[in-house]
Amino acid sequence: MSEKNIQRGEMVTITLNGAQVKADPGWSLLEAIRFYGLTIPTLCYDEGLTPYGGCRLCVVEIGSGKRAKLVASCVHPVKEGLEVRTHSNRVLKTRKMILELLIARCPGSKKLQDMASLLELKEVRFRPLNDDCILCGLCVRMCEEQMAAKAIGFAGRGGDRYITTPFDLTSEECRKCGACMYICPACELRCQGPDAETTLCSGCINTEPVCASNFDDAMCFMVPCLSCVKKPEDVK
Amino acid sequence: MKKASLSSVYVRNEYPLAVKNITIAIQQARELGILGDDILGSWFDFDVRINRGGGTFVCGESTALMASLEGKPGEPRAKYIHTSEKGLWDKPSNLNNVETWANVPLIINKGSAWFSSIGTDSSKGTKVFSLVGKINNTGLVEVPMGITLREIIFDIGGGIPGGRAFKAVQTGGPSGGCIPESLLNLPVDYERLTEVGSMMGSGGMIVMDEDNCMVDIARYYINFLQEESCGKCVPCREGLFRLGEILTDITKGRGRMEDIPLIEDISGMMKDASLCGLGTTAPNPVMSTLNYFRDEYIAHIRDGKCPAGVCRELITFIIDADNCTGCGVCLKNCPSGAITGEKKQVHVLDAKKCTKCGICYDSCRFDAVKKE
Repeated sequence: MSEKNIQRGEMVTITLNGAQVKADPGWSLLEAIRFYGLTIPTLCYDEGLTPYGGCRLCVVEIGSGKRAKLVASCVHPVKEGLEVRTHSNRVLKTRKMILELLIARCPGSKKLQDMASLLELKEVRFRPLNDDCILCGLCVRMCEEQMAAKAIGFAGRGGDRYITTPFDLTSEECRKCGACMYICPACELRCQGPDAETTLCSGCINTEPVCASNFDDAMCFMVPCLSCVKKPEDVK
Repeated sequence: MKKASLSSVYVRNEYPLAVKNITIAIQQARELGILGDDILGSWFDFDVRINRGGGTFVCGESTALMASLEGKPGEPRAKYIHTSEKGLWDKPSNLNNVETWANVPLIINKGSAWFSSIGTDSSKGTKVFSLVGKINNTGLVEVPMGITLREIIFDIGGGIPGGRAFKAVQTGGPSGGCIPESLLNLPVDYERLTEVGSMMGSGGMIVMDEDNCMVDIARYYINFLQEESCGKCVPCREGLFRLGEILTDITKGRGRMEDIPLIEDISGMMKDASLCGLGTTAPNPVMSTLNYFRDEYIAHIRDGKCPAGVCRELITFIIDADNCTGCGVCLKNCPSGAITGEKKQVHVLDAKKCTKCGICYDSCRFDAVKKE
């Protein structure tokens, strides 16, 4: 925090989607983008936790011409003269592909299904896996940084990566505070929609009016969508 | 000005010879007084220690390597802050390959003009390649930058054994691309290799001949990379998992034509959005084979055939009546009893019983067992 305070007052100028705007040099790109009211999806980011840069949904395009590249806005610092595009075709295509991969891994997550409606993801071309975890690491950071417990962490590598307690044993460090479950974007409200046969719930698209795309930035995706909630008799 | 006083050499524990040699080299340098306290009476203290890696491919990536040196899991971090500002233990650090350091004494002794006289406009000096695969002379070769692939493979490497035809060369280790014969006159330097969809990487050079199936090669490398991905970022972890799934499907005869654009979509996204160098280069083996050997992919998917005769599910073994002498070797060796026939009579292979193990193909001395 001290670094931020020292530099306060000296603002830098960045080009955000073509508009010249001022930004605090202590900000990440994501903080600047959100400050100016633009909405970009994030999954592994939380204001109270160290940015992780793992889900890559917050990618934005920086630079121009041949040197343009995609960076994760949650970990990229604001710099003088930076040219940022938050919704270029390249960015949108990448975000959609990442979400398609995530949703194929974990179709039951309401947060992912809502994001799919928001990003207008219409098709998942992979075999769904119905896993419970998308390895965003929010719970690990929550446990370590906010709860000071360090009771859970990552184990394994690549496809075998999973979140567990040390040595897969019940951890004495765990106070069963439930912060990990509170922050989890996958095991919160479950979503299987009216048509569980497909990987995409599409419940939000099927309702009239289409809840996400009709209201540009003001979206209803934060409130539970009625069509997504299963009736008790549907649950086997 | 701050001076460095300690350096680490990070070497994989799986390479015991490398660990042994570097240990000897450091010991000799200490005995000569060019490492340790007060080097040659200069009041300058400097030492080198050895860090043995825990067996992780991704620790070749600079930030993951530093995390590993710090005793943390070998996972990369966002590198918008340069290593020279905040590296190991958040202190300014210098990270280079041992191979790069090996050039330094030569440049100091002979001058930069001498060094720049070797190589191409943008890539100077020499490069050590590990020449392996279907090639007569295997081993390490040091060549000037700008030498063509053809010179390395056919002049230094002595060409392909057994008179087989050259098919491709994979450069740069598992996440490098496969370069076809049409590009063999390519001068080897950093930019040219990247332009054709491969890379300099580790300096590995794996030569493949007509018996290698390029889809199977891509599947092999993608599966390797999937196991070695740290799993931190979604593009690399999920992208490689799905690429592996699709490529396995294709080699097992379950491929669909829609898989080809899907492979391209995943690869493009991985290249753009992955966190570290492993993820951004990981699609190279599949993208380069898809670019240069697309007909092989199509043969697998549309025709259900593996042109190189590697993918078990897509080949059938038959006995060529013209070549079969009825020696009975295949019959004796067949573990599933699929081959029948009298001595000195043409043998017959029952495709229904055949498990496609390939033992008959390998054991036949008369070239009578064929793959289709």
